[in-house]
Amino acid sequence: MTRDVLLKIEGLRIEGRSGDTWTEIVKGIDLTLHKGEVLGLIGESGAGKSTVGLAAMGFARDGCRITGGTIDFDGLDLRRSSEGALRDLRGARIAYVAQSAAASFNPAHKLIDQYCEAPVTHGVMPREEAEKDAIDLYRRMQLPDPDGIGFRYPHQVSGGQLQRAMTAMAMSCRPDLIIFDEPTTALDVTTQIEVLAAIRDIVRQFDTAAIYITHDLAVVAQAADRIKVLLRGEEVEEAETRAMLDAPREAYTKSLWAVRTFARPEQPAATGKPILSVSNVTAAYGTVNVLEDVSFDIHAGRTVAVVGESGSGKSTAARVITGLLPPKKGQVLFQGESLPPALKGRTRDQLRQVQMIYQMADTALNPKLRLRELIGRPAQMYLGLRGKALETRVRDLLDLIELDPDTYIDRLPGELSGGQKQRIGIARALAAEPKLIICDEVTSALDQIVQEGILKLLTRLQTEFGLAYMFITHDLATVRAIADDVVVMQQGRVIEKGTKIEMFAPPHEPYTELLLSSVPEMDPDWLTRLLARRAAPITHGAD
Amino acid sequence: MEFAASVIFGLTALFAIAWVLRASARSSLSGNARSLANDIPLTAAFGLLVIAIYAIVAISAPAIAPFPEREIVGGQFQAWSGAHPLGTDRIGRDMLSRLIYGARNTVGIAFATTTLAFVVGAILGIWAALTGGWLDQVLSRFVDALMAIPALIFSLLLLTIFGTSVLSLILVIAAVDATRVFRLARAVAQGVVVMDYIEAAKLRGEGAWFLIRREILPNSMAPLVAEFGLRFCFVFLAISSLSFLGLGIKPPTADWGSMVRDNATLITFGDVTPLLPAGCIALLTVAVNFVVDWQLHRASGLKG
Repeated sequence: MTRDVLLKIEGLRIEGRSGDTWTEIVKGIDLTLHKGEVLGLIGESGAGKSTVGLAAMGFARDGCRITGGTIDFDGLDLRRSSEGALRDLRGARIAYVAQSAAASFNPAHKLIDQYCEAPVTHGVMPREEAEKDAIDLYRRMQLPDPDGIGFRYPHQVSGGQLQRAMTAMAMSCRPDLIIFDEPTTALDVTTQIEVLAAIRDIVRQFDTAAIYITHDLAVVAQAADRIKVLLRGEEVEEAETRAMLDAPREAYTKSLWAVRTFARPEQPAATGKPILSVSNVTAAYGTVNVLEDVSFDIHAGRTVAVVGESGSGKSTAARVITGLLPPKKGQVLFQGESLPPALKGRTRDQLRQVQMIYQMADTALNPKLRLRELIGRPAQMYLGLRGKALETRVRDLLDLIELDPDTYIDRLPGELSGGQKQRIGIARALAAEPKLIICDEVTSALDQIVQEGILKLLTRLQTEFGLAYMFITHDLATVRAIADDVVVMQQGRVIEKGTKIEMFAPPHEPYTELLLSSVPEMDPDWLTRLLARRAAPITHGAD
Repeated sequence: MEFAASVIFGLTALFAIAWVLRASARSSLSGNARSLANDIPLTAAFGLLVIAIYAIVAISAPAIAPFPEREIVGGQFQAWSGAHPLGTDRIGRDMLSRLIYGARNTVGIAFATTTLAFVVGAILGIWAALTGGWLDQVLSRFVDALMAIPALIFSLLLLTIFGTSVLSLILVIAAVDATRVFRLARAVAQGVVVMDYIEAAKLRGEGAWFLIRREILPNSMAPLVAEFGLRFCFVFLAISSLSFLGLGIKPPTADWGSMVRDNATLITFGDVTPLLPAGCIALLTVAVNFVVDWQLHRASGLKG
């Protein structure tokens, strides 16, 4: 790269406030970005990726302050610029695409109104021109119905489309630099590919420089020219993408690679009666059937992965099993006995046997209760433990999930990290001493290193207590790591089921093939090859 | 002028005492109480101090008051003097004593009323949001119907029907206010009941009472606390205006609202005495809201 330098950050230091004390969260980062270049920033949560990304716009989040270093954007010192000068820059020359497009769009305005806001305010073009431009960009981003989609409200389009509309919006003023903050993390694999391809194309077409922040190496490998690895606010290493992937220098970078290699030892084939059978279940919300004639079995001590994209009915199946949604037809058998269809009809013991762990530990734990009560409640309710016995049990459970009881027992969920919260979710499920645990996307919101910790913990607990897991996920890497049996679902139907070995060996059903091929690989050419192989251009209907 | 100066001096003194108390709390306490003391803003310290003073005055009224509440101890409308620091009222009862007893009656009733309105309104509101369906419809439409009638007229109507004892006063105003609390609690709880942790608790087989008490209520506290401060003041004003209309606390029981009415004629002579009960109400209102603001700030986790 011999092109002009666009952004140069030197010795950047940022402090964050917790309570009354300031701690350094970015400890002297240097970063150089040339015009038209894409830099991937990767690292686990808390590495300071997003903070650095925002600092590139001269911005520090509430509770953060930039304390040292220089940020030079095309000859402009962003640290010394006035708030007004920065405002002129942001949106016009530097744009930002956030992780959750759904949360970043204003739900009360149409997409195109939000698109036009930046160019009109910055005086780049008048409203009519901006609208035409928006439609043109929607077309380039491969959005369905580019002429009409802008006139919809954010809740009327799917997550993947929204993320592309957000990228188009960031492009509206043809900025020199775009910061992508985990743009595909919240999407499922098939959608992720579309967004990733669209982002890559548009950045190339307009020769825009970009900082691509993610914790997923395979994703960043597709989009970035160079990769920088961060750990706890410090740089670990930086190299060209290919060089980095072929030969990572530092041990930490190698450990990032190794995460993907975790695998649970093979289990002996299932024998005997299944612990839970879902038999010919049809379920509906109102009059729309979301599950059609679904059947599968779960055996004790085994993990059944239920795979499919958003809206395939995976979570609905879990709701039927737990009794939240009584089925229209069919039934759920637990150890050979039919479970009452509705939650209200089930005995306390039947409730105890099936526990659930949720995707978003943030919303699954009552933020106002201390861990003592969060974990202790099921034990108190189901097993009648009180006083000392309850305290001992809670402490044992905390030990099991590898959290120190003395430190954590009186904490609130808000005082824990994402991975720790998920561990509390696991402890709460274990407290009931269940036979089956339903894990609904439990690792999707976590970064890879934390994910691995959770998967290892689940595996260990499974061997220790002979638990059966129903593992709902869209991440096939996770399936490969821990599943024994796989159920593939699409549009409320079971497309294919069998043991993991059968499932990952060809031949596949077309949909299974699509899912399998959509899992990003650690090869910078993977996306290009995949898109070429799927001869047809990216399908519009897959969202 | 002299009066205004003494009011300003009094308020400044209260702030100064609040500041000193906060400083001594910070240095003497430890642990949780210490962090609370560190966190408290001066306005909230002032509010707490004022509330504490009111509470002490209300509880120990017979000990503090120089004269009994209902006894005629002097001539009518006597000026401020050594024997009667705030003079006497229109039938010759000691103003200061009645002001002190008034704290007991007015504040006590207002507090009981607001608390009752909140307990009933919040529990029903959360229950309606949690259960949904026809129960929610029945309760909500009933509340809508009650709210359609102007509050003051409705209370006047009910008080005329049930008579104006202290108990019926409390029940009537609480019933009227509970409708407002119900609406708020229901709206807030509707946002909470969709969270996964509520689903998790339902899956666990928890009953409605546990869900309301341990899962939903703690997560709905912030807006309810803010509303409490506001409602408390409204109830105060409602009691005072009812007393002013002659339907509230019955004479000869001392009550700030009726004290303003009884002595209103004095204002025409340039005497501030009738305004003192009103001033007491205003001061308590401000103090309660200072404390509520602080609590709201803590509960909602707002910083800065």
